[in-house]
Amino acid sequence: MSVIYILITVSIIVAIVFFTLFIRAVKSGQYDDSYTPSVRMLFEDELVKQEKQTKNKQS
Amino acid sequence: MESHCYHCGNHCEDTSIVHDDKIFCCNGCKTVYEIFAENELSCYYDLEQTPGTTPKEIEGKFDFLTKPEIYEKLLDFNDGSVQIATLYIPSIHCSSCIWLLENLQKLNKSISSAIVNFPKKTVRVTYNANEGSLKDIVLLLSSIGYEPYISLEDYTNTKKGINRDILYKLGVAGFAFGNVMLLSFPEYFEVDEYWLNQYKTLFRWIMFAMSLPVVFYAASDYFVSAYKGLRSKFLNIDVPIALGILVLFFRSVFEIIMDHGQGFFDSLTGLVFFLLLGKFFQQKTYNFLSFERDYKSYFPIGITKVNADHTEETIQVYDIQKGDRILIRNQELIPVDGILINGDAQIDYSFVTGESETVVKQSGDKLFAGGKQTSGAIEMEVLKSVSQSYLTQLWSNDVFNTNKEEGFKSITDTISKYFTIAILLVALASGLTWYFIEPAKAWNVVTAILIIACPCALALSAPFTMGNLLRILGKKKCYLKNADVLEKLAKIDTVIFDKTGTITHGNKGALTYEGIPLSAEEKIILKNTLRNSNHPLSRQLYDSIKSTTVLTPDAFEEIAGKGMIATYDGTEIKVGAPSFVTSNNIEKSTKTAVYISINNQYKGKYLFKNAYRQGIEELFNNLSKNYKLVILSGDNDSEKEALTEMLPKGTELHFNQKPDSKLNFVSQLQQQKHNVLMVGDGLNDAGALKQSDVGIAIAENVNVFSPACDAILDALNVSKLSVYLHIAKSAINIIKASFILSFIYNIIGLSFAISGNLSPVIAAILMPLSSISIVTFVTILTNIAGKQLK
Repeated sequence: MSVIYILITVSIIVAIVFFTLFIRAVKSGQYDDSYTPSVRMLFEDELVKQEKQTKNKQS
Repeated sequence: MESHCYHCGNHCEDTSIVHDDKIFCCNGCKTVYEIFAENELSCYYDLEQTPGTTPKEIEGKFDFLTKPEIYEKLLDFNDGSVQIATLYIPSIHCSSCIWLLENLQKLNKSISSAIVNFPKKTVRVTYNANEGSLKDIVLLLSSIGYEPYISLEDYTNTKKGINRDILYKLGVAGFAFGNVMLLSFPEYFEVDEYWLNQYKTLFRWIMFAMSLPVVFYAASDYFVSAYKGLRSKFLNIDVPIALGILVLFFRSVFEIIMDHGQGFFDSLTGLVFFLLLGKFFQQKTYNFLSFERDYKSYFPIGITKVNADHTEETIQVYDIQKGDRILIRNQELIPVDGILINGDAQIDYSFVTGESETVVKQSGDKLFAGGKQTSGAIEMEVLKSVSQSYLTQLWSNDVFNTNKEEGFKSITDTISKYFTIAILLVALASGLTWYFIEPAKAWNVVTAILIIACPCALALSAPFTMGNLLRILGKKKCYLKNADVLEKLAKIDTVIFDKTGTITHGNKGALTYEGIPLSAEEKIILKNTLRNSNHPLSRQLYDSIKSTTVLTPDAFEEIAGKGMIATYDGTEIKVGAPSFVTSNNIEKSTKTAVYISINNQYKGKYLFKNAYRQGIEELFNNLSKNYKLVILSGDNDSEKEALTEMLPKGTELHFNQKPDSKLNFVSQLQQQKHNVLMVGDGLNDAGALKQSDVGIAIAENVNVFSPACDAILDALNVSKLSVYLHIAKSAINIIKASFILSFIYNIIGLSFAISGNLSPVIAAILMPLSSISIVTFVTILTNIAGKQLK
């Protein structure tokens, strides 16, 4: 039994894992809107800052 | 003082409202600011400058949302307590909008999440139905300036799932391509190596397994299309592609079974991958635009019916019957033909005719579907149901049921016919020749020719040229429906324009003032005087003057047919006809105008209508060199002289054209073998837009209204139409040039194939090389062509 069989099996399994991940990403609608997430990403800070500010005001 | 509203950025008159050290143009904007400030959402104003939109009057407009049978149709998901709705909000325009809408739960506790899709301008709201209803959410959105647009179309359309097929196929082909390439690489150069000989059978069968989903799933569209083409006796580009894929696959299978060689699985998967990539590139559509609109996207879902006992009830538009009495509120659309019973009817037919000057109707007058009431509520009696009304009847014309794309032969399809025949002849001839020289090789040569001739580069050049140009034009606010439109544009020889709203301004912004500038106080006086008048021109002028101060005149009199006179603290203002306003001889305008004098001193006039768009004259002069020009107007011929003077000689002018006569005019021209481009805007052009070879809708606001068409053009860019047409022609030339290039590759490949020397490695090099160089070639050329627009 040659090691190459194991190597090939492993390499194909890894490739298939990535392929399924891609299919799942497409299915979940990740590629439907390629613009909004790029903007949304920048907002996380804004909300946190706001909450902190209000806390400061209250204290 | 120059100032802009803190909320909406509109220019503020001197009478602006100051609140919290910020300036607002109106109470509406101030209220929105207060809502945000109270709920700690004022960050909205930090992300972008003046991001807001002024909220509009919506009283009673969304009452239909309380009816379960109506709102349930608008929901994406409903399990009794949790409901999800996707709302289309045209006013989404910046990152502040996204931020605010996604924090909607701060404003209403029933909302658990809101997700914005910016390109589509939709927000998907998940909320708890026990705590709040869809109507509450819609009202909340409207109150902060994000009024959702809900039309009859949302009601009748079943929600369509997004078609992600091409992405799956691309994924499959890409996955197989990468792995097959890796597995076939060792055999390219090392032929008699010990290790390779031991494992090559394994490698080959893995490659075979991976190519199966590529051939039978990813490439399935090509087989279907080729089959359809053959069945209608038409050799489209997919025929040689499908043939190439099949020959590649079966010859490769044959080779690995007989142990002749490694086969062409690498080229096969690569070919499919590149082809799909081209398709994906061309498929870019404008999500936020709809090219298939009919009256349904203009009409409301619910309408208020007045019962015999004077109770009001919301009913579904399709349930309106002849004889019903319905209530139309301010800013609501009349969905059916009927007779006005009572109320102050001032109907804006701009959706129908493009003409925005309101029409005053008396009780007993007939009202047509498609008009928008602009002053107070009216009651009307229904004469015809929705589907039988005058406007909606247009859609029962056959032209709306035929598919325009059918029967259109693209340049690729035209060429592929000759290409396919030539390839088959070459294959046959060389097959026969080899049969006499070396019979064993004949089969090899024939399949090699079919493989190498598979028109990958040919099939890619048009999608990439068109796809790239669609993108370039889209950036310049000219949105084409698909690539075929660009090709059809290149063939146009006749251009027909609608008049009102297309070559003239359709909106109220067309008002211009001529004369001595009015001071702020004088404007306030003027606006307050206009408030008392119901004349359509007064209403229009009233809307265009921004001021919030309310004054009550000491004296006011309206003289029918002449104008009005009012006094404020000793200042006397006269508004109306020139002879009424001043006794002096002033230059009278041939255009519709309202004249103003203050304290018997003539000030100036506001001009209406006839405001032709900028650059129209130049556009017509440019176009007249190469195209036959026609103007089809639904209006009377009062403009005839002005138009003949302005436009180049030979421009045909037709007036008093009804919607169906416009359609017939276009089809008559087509029968005379003309390729017609129709440029229009209103619903009355819808038939002509559909019938013409290419219909371009002009839109003041590309996000909101436009009838079914092939392209939507921003009203600001109408004057660039000749450039767009020129680009369409260059596109065809670019495609032709790239065809020549791909033929050269084919000839090189064929020389290998005919001489019987096509090895897998040559095929694997030639196939991607030709594809990539073609794509680079057309991308560079289209970008150069796009430079004309600057």
